[in-house]
Amino acid sequence: MSYIHEIEGLDIAWCPGCGNFAIRKALMAALEDLEVPPQKLVIASGIGQAPKMPHYLRCNCFNGLHGRTLPVATAIKACNRGLTVIAEGGDGDMYGEGGNHFIHCLRRNPDIVHLVHNNMVYGLTKGQASPTSMRGFQTPVQTEGVILEPFNPIAVAVALDASFVARSFAGHGEHLKTMIMEAARHRGYALVDIFQPCVSFNRVNDYKWFEEHTYQLEEGYDPTDRQAAFGKAMETERMPLGAIYRNPDRKTFEQQQPAWEDDSRPLHERETDMDELRELVESFRG
Amino acid sequence: MARERRDSQTKDLNVVICGGAGQGIKTVESLLASLLRASGLYVFSTKEYMSRVRGGSNSTDLRLSPRPVECPVERVDLLVALGPRALDHMADRSGEGTAVIASPDSLESGGEEFPGRPFPVPIGGMAEDAGRKVYSNTVAAGVVAGAFGLDLQRCLEEVRSSFEEMGEEDRKGNLTAFESGFRAGEDLDLDLSVPAPEESSGEQLLLNGAQAVGLGAIAGGIRFICSYPMSPSTGVLAFLAGQARRFGLVVEQAEDEISAVNMGLGAWYTGARSMVTTSGGGMALMSEGISLAGMVETPLVLHVAQRPGPATGLPTRTGQEDLDLVLGAGHGEFPVAVLAPGSLKQAFSLAARAFWLAEKHQVPVFVVTDQSIMDSYYPASELDLDGVITERFLVDAGEGYRRYSLDGGPPSPMAVPGSGPGLVCLDSDEHDESGHITEDLDLRVRMVDKRLGKFAGLAEDALEPELVGDGSIMVVCWGSSRNACMEAVERLDRDDVSVMHLSQLYPLHDRVAELLEAAESVITVEGNATGQMGRLLGDLAGITPDHEVLRYDGLPFRADTLAEKLRKAIEGGRR
Repeated sequence: MSYIHEIEGLDIAWCPGCGNFAIRKALMAALEDLEVPPQKLVIASGIGQAPKMPHYLRCNCFNGLHGRTLPVATAIKACNRGLTVIAEGGDGDMYGEGGNHFIHCLRRNPDIVHLVHNNMVYGLTKGQASPTSMRGFQTPVQTEGVILEPFNPIAVAVALDASFVARSFAGHGEHLKTMIMEAARHRGYALVDIFQPCVSFNRVNDYKWFEEHTYQLEEGYDPTDRQAAFGKAMETERMPLGAIYRNPDRKTFEQQQPAWEDDSRPLHERETDMDELRELVESFRG
Repeated sequence: MARERRDSQTKDLNVVICGGAGQGIKTVESLLASLLRASGLYVFSTKEYMSRVRGGSNSTDLRLSPRPVECPVERVDLLVALGPRALDHMADRSGEGTAVIASPDSLESGGEEFPGRPFPVPIGGMAEDAGRKVYSNTVAAGVVAGAFGLDLQRCLEEVRSSFEEMGEEDRKGNLTAFESGFRAGEDLDLDLSVPAPEESSGEQLLLNGAQAVGLGAIAGGIRFICSYPMSPSTGVLAFLAGQARRFGLVVEQAEDEISAVNMGLGAWYTGARSMVTTSGGGMALMSEGISLAGMVETPLVLHVAQRPGPATGLPTRTGQEDLDLVLGAGHGEFPVAVLAPGSLKQAFSLAARAFWLAEKHQVPVFVVTDQSIMDSYYPASELDLDGVITERFLVDAGEGYRRYSLDGGPPSPMAVPGSGPGLVCLDSDEHDESGHITEDLDLRVRMVDKRLGKFAGLAEDALEPELVGDGSIMVVCWGSSRNACMEAVERLDRDDVSVMHLSQLYPLHDRVAELLEAAESVITVEGNATGQMGRLLGDLAGITPDHEVLRYDGLPFRADTLAEKLRKAIEGGRR
């Protein structure tokens, strides 16, 4: 079957068996069900293996710098609310190089979907530790194993009252598709941290490891209970998959901009009111 | 060093109010500026201040003149000193002709070395009599107003309205303080007369540089500004934030400059004209994003308000040290444009022009100012609103649209996402015509050539230098040094000296080299220690300056002392 966002005959640079293929398929399936036309979709990304995604889909794309995707995506949405904006990248891109932007994006709450391919390793630069690598994980740089505490994106997002926080796994395509759709339908910032096995550089956290160290959130779990969400975020032996936290009351960044109060046109379609400017200039006459 | 009292040439009067941070100098400044302006005089005001919230020594210049003046002078005619430290702080700028109003104890403890004529007024005691010691600044304003022989009732109205938001007790206290200061000022034997202006300053616009740049940005069609606060650039962000509702702007304070520049690019990718405002250190952090702009060919306007470096340098002071920084910003090779306004009028026009230029050529455009422009207030002649070009350059994304088309141009036509059936793809990697990553090295060469090809169009749009006079000794300056240079050369009163001001440093207009070649000798004036513009003239126009007048102590050029330096340079002859 083919999808409307699918480009045929691509020479994809990912390794055979990479979790990214499953993420791409789930994303295309979700976008199709969401009925987002490629022309109204912008995927912003940075540098790594995951950020190549927009080149492998029919969409508008802004493949910018390493770590800088969230500011770009935030501004795109703030200037044209008619666009569906996805910020996509890996754990190094989003939580390492872009860590400061991640923190402040949670505070800002733009209406964007944030997909993070979390493989706990640096793939593009061939196998160094990432911010989410486990303690003891040996690499050519961390030769005696990682000594830093792994970054916990779910706990950070809940701590900063992110409006939607979910986790999924590339090995569970349907679940991932559902999470992406929920994230896209959510009004406000929506994080989907996606466990993604790296078959070339992470021989520890493989498909089997993720199967054994994750579970689906139980029926009846209330994602609006922030205390409970904290509890889930702190589970590291077996990690929950699903919508872990939601705050439906937070206003989006764009909603709070005076520019969007009574004008729904994209900013580029608006003209400067030169008469108003003349009046403003006159107010400086003293 | 002793200075002559008053200026026989310019008939102006330079009043300086000096005190510690937190002593309310700003209140005195705005009160006096508005009272004196109401009397029809032209008032130029500027400030120099320490990077602290309390204490230290800060000063504000109020230069009063019967004709428009647009730059500071070194000479102090009247000093109002709030505290003994102010006397030490201002000793270098004062001479025998300087009258100083200060409390007797300040004059006693700080005044031994002070060269001026003392006029003791018990400012602190009078403030206490009026209710509180903190009214000292209002007493001082009253003393000056009284010494000028202004109308007391009109003054009191102004005082009342400027303290409107205070509680009843403080408002009354300030009025009493002002009046008692006024009475004391009337009794002082000070000659403060300034000839009546031919044309009153009253009708003119009163602006500072931050407002001029902000108004220019609005005229240029700005829709989005995102920045991280950094002195002295923050005034522009604050001004535009104040206009966000009225003009439908999206304004955001970023977590850092890296975010700011990337947001700026995200905004203009959607077609929303955007700007960032920063100073040297923030500009350094933005370098990577500027290089991204060069690669993805997304327009961007960057306002860089300079201050002395390196590193944190002198955070609240002025300099022209970042020309090399903007010219070299960003890794890799790509064209940029650098504008540098020399006056408030130019600050408005060039800020507006920057948006047009950036979108037309799809390049980063720098508008380079500094603390002296940001913090100086003076009446500006009319802003050229009619001269603002509102032309836009966006196309619709048609079927099969390729953002980096090699057919025609450069630049390739720019469409925005959602504007048609086509897709708009950008890549920070080298890319093909449709914006996707490529390692086709022949294509790489064609893409580089296309990007660099934009230089020719930028050169065609370069601004001509401003030339005043036709003397063969040419004084060359850029950016904020313009007004002091113009006045300094006027003071020299020599037919053989001309001034050339560059308001665009890159690309340079062809006429710059022509004029320099025709000059017999060239004197450059810049606010840095190494002569950055001088080197640029060497690189681009093949000219080495015969003399350099450089100031890098954190203060702006002042017309009187600059004139002396130029005189020495000229009399010293060719190097």
